[in-house]
Amino acid sequence: MDKLLSIFRPSTGSRELRRQPLFTGMSWLVLLFLYAPIAVLVVFSFNDNRSVVRWTEFSLRWYAAALENDDIRRSAMISIQVAFTATVFSTIIATMAALATTRGGVYRGRSAAIALINQPLMIPEIVTAIATLAFFSILRQLTGVTGIGWLILAHTVFCVPFAYMPIRARLSDMSVTYEAAAADLYATPWQTFRHVTLPLLMPGVMAGAMLAFVVSLDDVIITLLVAGPGETTLPIYILGQIRRGVTPEVNAISTILIGLTVAMVTLTFFLQRKRK
Amino acid sequence: MGVAANISQPDAATRLRAAQEERARQRRRTRLLLLAPALGIIGIFGLFPLSIALVYSFLEPGTYGGVEWVFSYDAYVQFLFERDIFDDTLAFNSAYLQIFGRSFGLAITTMIGTLILGFPVAYFIAARPPEQRNFWLFAITLPFWTNLLIRTYSMLLIVRDEGFVNLMLMKIGLISEPLEMLYTDGAVLAGLVYSYLPFMILPIYASLEKFDFSLLEAGHDLFATRTQVFRHIIIPITRPGIVAGCVLVLIPALGAYITPELLGGGKKLMIGNLIALQFGSGRNWPFGAAAALILMAIVLIALLVSLRAGASKEGGHG
Repeated sequence: MDKLLSIFRPSTGSRELRRQPLFTGMSWLVLLFLYAPIAVLVVFSFNDNRSVVRWTEFSLRWYAAALENDDIRRSAMISIQVAFTATVFSTIIATMAALATTRGGVYRGRSAAIALINQPLMIPEIVTAIATLAFFSILRQLTGVTGIGWLILAHTVFCVPFAYMPIRARLSDMSVTYEAAAADLYATPWQTFRHVTLPLLMPGVMAGAMLAFVVSLDDVIITLLVAGPGETTLPIYILGQIRRGVTPEVNAISTILIGLTVAMVTLTFFLQRKRK
Repeated sequence: MGVAANISQPDAATRLRAAQEERARQRRRTRLLLLAPALGIIGIFGLFPLSIALVYSFLEPGTYGGVEWVFSYDAYVQFLFERDIFDDTLAFNSAYLQIFGRSFGLAITTMIGTLILGFPVAYFIAARPPEQRNFWLFAITLPFWTNLLIRTYSMLLIVRDEGFVNLMLMKIGLISEPLEMLYTDGAVLAGLVYSYLPFMILPIYASLEKFDFSLLEAGHDLFATRTQVFRHIIIPITRPGIVAGCVLVLIPALGAYITPELLGGGKKLMIGNLIALQFGSGRNWPFGAAAALILMAIVLIALLVSLRAGASKEGGHG
């Protein structure tokens, strides 16, 4: 019967249906498209030549030059200071919010709360940037407070949803039975959180913190508009350099940044996979 | 106190209810305390500033940036008309409309481009055995987390006159003079597709992840051709993913700043650059705020349309 039917069937065998041969080739091409430009950048950062075009010899001179550059060192320190502080605050805030949206039961306004937390993701960054600038310029005038705190505050706001996602995912995958058991044994809510929920949640918290750190470290548009004088972060410095012209030094510092991001995201990826 | 010693049945029920209510109240209080910082910080410093931008768009620009607190809807008039400095008459000026038109065209083309490139990849990943899927997903997500500025810069290195593409083409002998690719709409488009491709792939993949591919064989057994199977099974299943992907690409592409700045060379302005310019050397904050709000309105319309597109034809799910 099966053989009889196959006469009427279109030519391809049924097992082959899920495979679209054209798609396989395209997928590899897309992968090439995604990685080739970055690969060129990384390779030429090790080139011992001022031109970023012709390969001469392997060298680390641009890394040495980048690390000795005072402007780069200063902006790297500012970047780390902002990213670290924003990460700590946004992760704490996101963890609390994740607890309230997964452990608080079902209640009215929960989906509205989740939507508000994700709000920074739904608005074009340039709009957030100018709105924040406008608001901060009023606050700066009213309070007379200046300094890097404003930049850190702006970063904290857009880091919250990124930290929130993996923490919430982890929490909703975690069974509540351990917490219920702790409560049955007369643990106070704080004790339950401190000794049961938090240790189990830790991989999610770490993943959230790392994503927040990466997102803060990479930000250009909001920082460009909100940062005051002398608050140049590393991406802003790089942008300024690119505007002036292509230099191998920028390749070197970019490669370092890419390496840092790849390391952190890879770690996050494995932290999240562990739960399965 | 003595009365409480001999509790009657209804009393116990009341006390139980009171205890339950007390606990519910406590839970509500904890919940609120936990939510307060997130909702507070995002509400005050994420959502509220948008209304400040709205107010700013109805004020007059200050001489050195900032605003003068004088009501004016000049910012919106300026969008379409140019005011003559001598006799104060208005003349139609399409320069800003053109920038919005270009942004819209580029964003829509980017959306279509990422869909054409992204759909096959999403399908391909979903059809892989599970252990290979993780590798592909990781490979597709990784560029998304890498600095957008640096990725755009790497694109710039590739498409420059003396860049990688021209070098290769000249080596093969396909061209003798370098093609001028940088600072064209094509370069901006390539950069935008490059930047936002993962946003298209991931939601389409998510909609196919749990798909039972034996359904294809069922369709096939019922004498459907490959094209028919695709049209009547795959497309309806992936519809929510496609809609989500389109929105996720369209929103950032519309507001793109870095890509047109670096690859368009400041000549091919998009809305994002126009807005940033007004808050920088343009020193016209009200106009920048107005442009930002118009952009927001377009984004909201796109979101509403997508909600509709995602909701209708839900019957397509098997």
